[in-house]
Amino acid sequence: MKFLSDKAVERLRAAGDEPDLTGTRYRLLERVARGGMGVVYAAQDEKLERRIALKVLDEPRDDDVLANRERESRLLRESRVLARLEHPGIVPVHDAGTLSDGRIFYAMKFVQGQRLDEIIETVKPAPDRLRLFLRICDAVGFAHARGVLHRDLKPANVMVGPFGEVLVMDWGLAKILPDNAESEPRAAPGSQSLANNASDAPQDAGSTQTRDSTLTGDGSVMGTPGYMSPEQARGEVRLLDARSDIFSLGALLHFLLEGAEANGSTQRPRPLTAICAKAMAERPDNRYKAVSELAADVSRYLDGQPVSAYRENMFERAGRFYRRHQVAILLIATYLIMRALLLFYPRS
Amino acid sequence: MNKVLLGVLLGAVLGAVDGATAWFTPEVRAMLVGIIFGSTIKGLIAGLAAGIFARKVNSVPLGILFGLAVGFALAFLVAYLQHGHYFAILLPGSIVGLIVGYATQRYGAAPATAGR
Repeated sequence: MKFLSDKAVERLRAAGDEPDLTGTRYRLLERVARGGMGVVYAAQDEKLERRIALKVLDEPRDDDVLANRERESRLLRESRVLARLEHPGIVPVHDAGTLSDGRIFYAMKFVQGQRLDEIIETVKPAPDRLRLFLRICDAVGFAHARGVLHRDLKPANVMVGPFGEVLVMDWGLAKILPDNAESEPRAAPGSQSLANNASDAPQDAGSTQTRDSTLTGDGSVMGTPGYMSPEQARGEVRLLDARSDIFSLGALLHFLLEGAEANGSTQRPRPLTAICAKAMAERPDNRYKAVSELAADVSRYLDGQPVSAYRENMFERAGRFYRRHQVAILLIATYLIMRALLLFYPRS
Repeated sequence: MNKVLLGVLLGAVLGAVDGATAWFTPEVRAMLVGIIFGSTIKGLIAGLAAGIFARKVNSVPLGILFGLAVGFALAFLVAYLQHGHYFAILLPGSIVGLIVGYATQRYGAAPATAGR
């Protein structure tokens, strides 16, 4: 009797898990990544002749019908959340539907780039990292303006493209804020049963790698430790608002700056430490009220202006003034020195 | 403040200060007012030219070069008319032009792009 090797078994399992794209306009190319809910594949859109990414839900588990429906509704909701967020910093959704094997999928832009945590070593100067951070803030701020919280912001969920473009990924945990719930996309009449299910489900988008809970009512904890806010870690889902994402952005900023320091940059400037501390304050009331406020403080720091999170002393103010107007000050100093030297210049 | 106004004001102030340093030269102290006036006008013209240039060209190196050239040209004219003191007039005049050229590029509001 001959046994199959582990590798062979793994290959067989992967082949068995491959989605059946019969009847769709997509042709499967390769498996890209695996999440908690499903798998992301690269596929070819035969109609438009372009490469896209397909997120396909895992095969249903026979033992738990409710959990399967919940997962279906989450994936569908995630696609709908993404569909309402049309922004250059958020991956666009092209299509969603059900495959012939019954699995839910959605098609999105195939993002060519690297995860922030993988690429960050190549971005050494701290100002470049801060500019990357501002682009992330831009996308998250846009989502907040549309009433959507990400709830799982972390370096692994940010992709950086070859031209420095930033895409915030994995909105599987996104939450639609109550004020915007009415405008939340719902299933079309007559669509599949899972769509009806989706409208009954809690107002969050889905679940991927980092979470295993099936409900997100109060008491459920979903997110990534180290990046989720204290209130999110306590499972106080109803209390979550933009300030919870601001905490995660603060942790992300901390990550970016930590990397810059490890690369030999000097000690972290106090204003940036203060910005991190304010964004990551224990109490939401002590954090920035909006992402735009956080981004404005980082921009001010980059422009050599005072930041709202830090009150500087006279010497720090003078130092900042000097750094900001270094060339002008040096030119004037040169002029004065030259003038002083000319006093001793022999005149005939 | 727009770039032309910044250039004119900065050029005038630096020109006046530059002229006032003539006080340290006893033999020309009697003509101090005339020197300050002439130097102010010189700085003002350099500032105006640098300000207009900055509105048209957005480049710090080119702005510096332009300011330096204008400052040098005006200072040379003054020195030529005085038949002397070339070094003492050309050097500070050129540096004033350079400073104004830099400042008009780096500071001051750029003209808004008009749209209908």
